[in-house]
Amino acid sequence: MSFINYSSREINCKIVYYGPGLCGKTTNLQYIFKRMNPESRGKMISLATETDRTLFFDFLPVSMGEIRGFKTRFHLYTVPGQVFYDASRRLILRGVDGVVFCADSQLTRMDANLESIDNLKINMREQGYDPDRLPLILQYNKRDINGVASVAELHALLNYRNVPEFEAVATTGVGVFETLKAIIKLVLTDLKRGGK
Amino acid sequence: MNPGHFILHEKEYNEIQSVLKKLLADSYAKVVFLVDKNGSLMASSGETAGFDTTSLASLAAGNIAATGGLASLIGEKEFSILFHEGERDNMHISVVDNRLILVVIFDRRSSVGLVRLRVRRADEDLGRILKSIDEAAQREEEGEGVIEELTEADIESLFK
Repeated sequence: MSFINYSSREINCKIVYYGPGLCGKTTNLQYIFKRMNPESRGKMISLATETDRTLFFDFLPVSMGEIRGFKTRFHLYTVPGQVFYDASRRLILRGVDGVVFCADSQLTRMDANLESIDNLKINMREQGYDPDRLPLILQYNKRDINGVASVAELHALLNYRNVPEFEAVATTGVGVFETLKAIIKLVLTDLKRGGK
Repeated sequence: MNPGHFILHEKEYNEIQSVLKKLLADSYAKVVFLVDKNGSLMASSGETAGFDTTSLASLAAGNIAATGGLASLIGEKEFSILFHEGERDNMHISVVDNRLILVVIFDRRSSVGLVRLRVRRADEDLGRILKSIDEAAQREEEGEGVIEELTEADIESLFK
């Protein structure tokens, strides 16, 4: 649920990066943090284990400029991808305005991608969202390594709504901002239509 | 009220601000924040300059969400108050009207008992303001129209 403050003239929206463990959700946020003008983004918070696996969430607030005199702020969150952190994922989805599903393109991770997108649909429903309506973007990450599925295969397997999809290499930034821009556009368009 | 977004107008914002200001003074706190359950900062009062308010709001919401999850695991609806004791500063976090989070940071000039007492009063005042926000939203239905009037060109202009 977005928060619109007419007094400070701000629009705040929440975007969640979802996907299986080690698919690159945190890496997306780290790249955005590294490349954005420090005046346009806040601190990045990572609640991670000692081995740098996301334990609860990563958080990065970014500002995208003004629309009709309103500052637009987007709170980017990641969920912990590991299967057993499902309770945490459900909590982080609360109040979400848009989701980026980050898939791992490696052939060996297809089952994990499928399990994660099914889990996303279940958790969306549980939080009162329609999985066929909530703004969603797919990102196929790790396109630079050997043994990856084709985009057509990933599309057939994961893109159940035919939403915009992007190839990415989050470590070097390929596709990262394209994905972010696409989800922001979808979220604002949805906001204009009146949310869920 | 539009289910997709929560709209805060100037009048209610000022009312919230004065409740926070009163709570700050009455509880001898250093700083007081009001955050929505999704982690967006709504209003604050006190020595906010020393704090990263955006991060604080997000973590307070995460904290309440996590303890809410714990509560439901043991059959409780929620834990409505959290208290964190530090060496210098302490933090009192409470849920207001099941949707907002009130955060009070205080040091040894105050006490948890006093903060708790004052927070209870502020809860009632904030609950009343929230009710009037809901009523106003039902009357207006579509807010002031800024969001509804956004055009594709407005959205595109963000990325130029």
